[in-house]
Amino acid sequence: MLHIVNKSAAERSSLESCLRMATKGSAVLLIEDAVYAATNGNAAAAKIQAAAADLKIYALGPDLAARGMAGRVLDGVNVVDYGGFVDLVAEHSNCQSWL
Amino acid sequence: MSDMDEMDDGSGVVKKFMFLNRKAPHGTVYALEGLEVVLITAAFDQDVSMVFTDDGVFQLMKGIDTKGIEVKDFSKTYRALEGYDIEKLYVDQASMDARGLTEDDLIVDVTVLSVDEMANLMAEQDVVISF
Amino acid sequence: MQFGILVNEGPYTHQASDTAYLFARTAIEKGHKVPRVFFYHDGVNNSTRLATPPQDDRNVSARWSNLAEEHGIDLVVCVAAAQRRGINDDVLAPGFRISGLGQLVEMGIQYDRLVTFGD
Repeated sequence: MLHIVNKSAAERSSLESCLRMATKGSAVLLIEDAVYAATNGNAAAAKIQAAAADLKIYALGPDLAARGMAGRVLDGVNVVDYGGFVDLVAEHSNCQSWL
Repeated sequence: MSDMDEMDDGSGVVKKFMFLNRKAPHGTVYALEGLEVVLITAAFDQDVSMVFTDDGVFQLMKGIDTKGIEVKDFSKTYRALEGYDIEKLYVDQASMDARGLTEDDLIVDVTVLSVDEMANLMAEQDVVISF
Repeated sequence: MQFGILVNEGPYTHQASDTAYLFARTAIEKGHKVPRVFFYHDGVNNSTRLATPPQDDRNVSARWSNLAEEHGIDLVVCVAAAQRRGINDDVLAPGFRISGLGQLVEMGIQYDRLVTFGD
């Protein structure tokens, strides 16, 4: 399953709820304001790094770049473009947007 | 919604639809308009599960009185879901605990699931729509 | 593969419609099909032709209209949500039409994936 999160972890609980319910081996894609969680020094970074042991974590590159965060991505987070976003949706049998 | 029973996309396909309600009522429109989608989906004879997690569990509170804020009280609609053959209502145990709620506080009968049960239920769906 | 797309927020205030548009365009470029996009909640506000954003900004509704025209996408605006928000046939941009929630459910039943973009 692909989980999509679009809200800053500093503002909403959606990342936390997602990580709580994502089963081992599933993928989590951070887009829009959620990408901040996947950057060095962010308060949510530890959560992402811990989750990366069981889940595949992705972040949308254009959203990172648009926020000046392209150079700060955590190790273990895979950066994808929109094509990669489409591939992730296609590769997983279902998806859930944590709005 | 009198024409609902006639709805059919003609394919005979039955998919597992999960409607995941994560937001409290009234502060935003998502709970109300989400419920409208659930009722329509039922008319298509799909396998519907309705799930309440996070602040979404507040949608099911007994004793809701919206007269003072002058908006529609749609909480009674949850009790009518059975009439639409929507019988799979699930709430997340941890979300209930975090808000000091028990099943007795809720307007309908629900099945309380652990986080693992909830995660597995979600993973087996064909379509998940979150409001 | 066929993708259905659900857009739950209006233009400009939220990024949702932009992300949905870029996802749809990219999916088509990669050879997938996007037969329909459904606009719900404040997402119905993407359908108005009356918006006049500044010249140096993107025109969200026009972008949807153009993509729909190029690739035959059915842009469906929920009637109940539209009526609440003052959207009717008189204000629709090209390619948009108003219909019922059944069109959203059909996307879930008929297409391979349904992807939601919202707040």
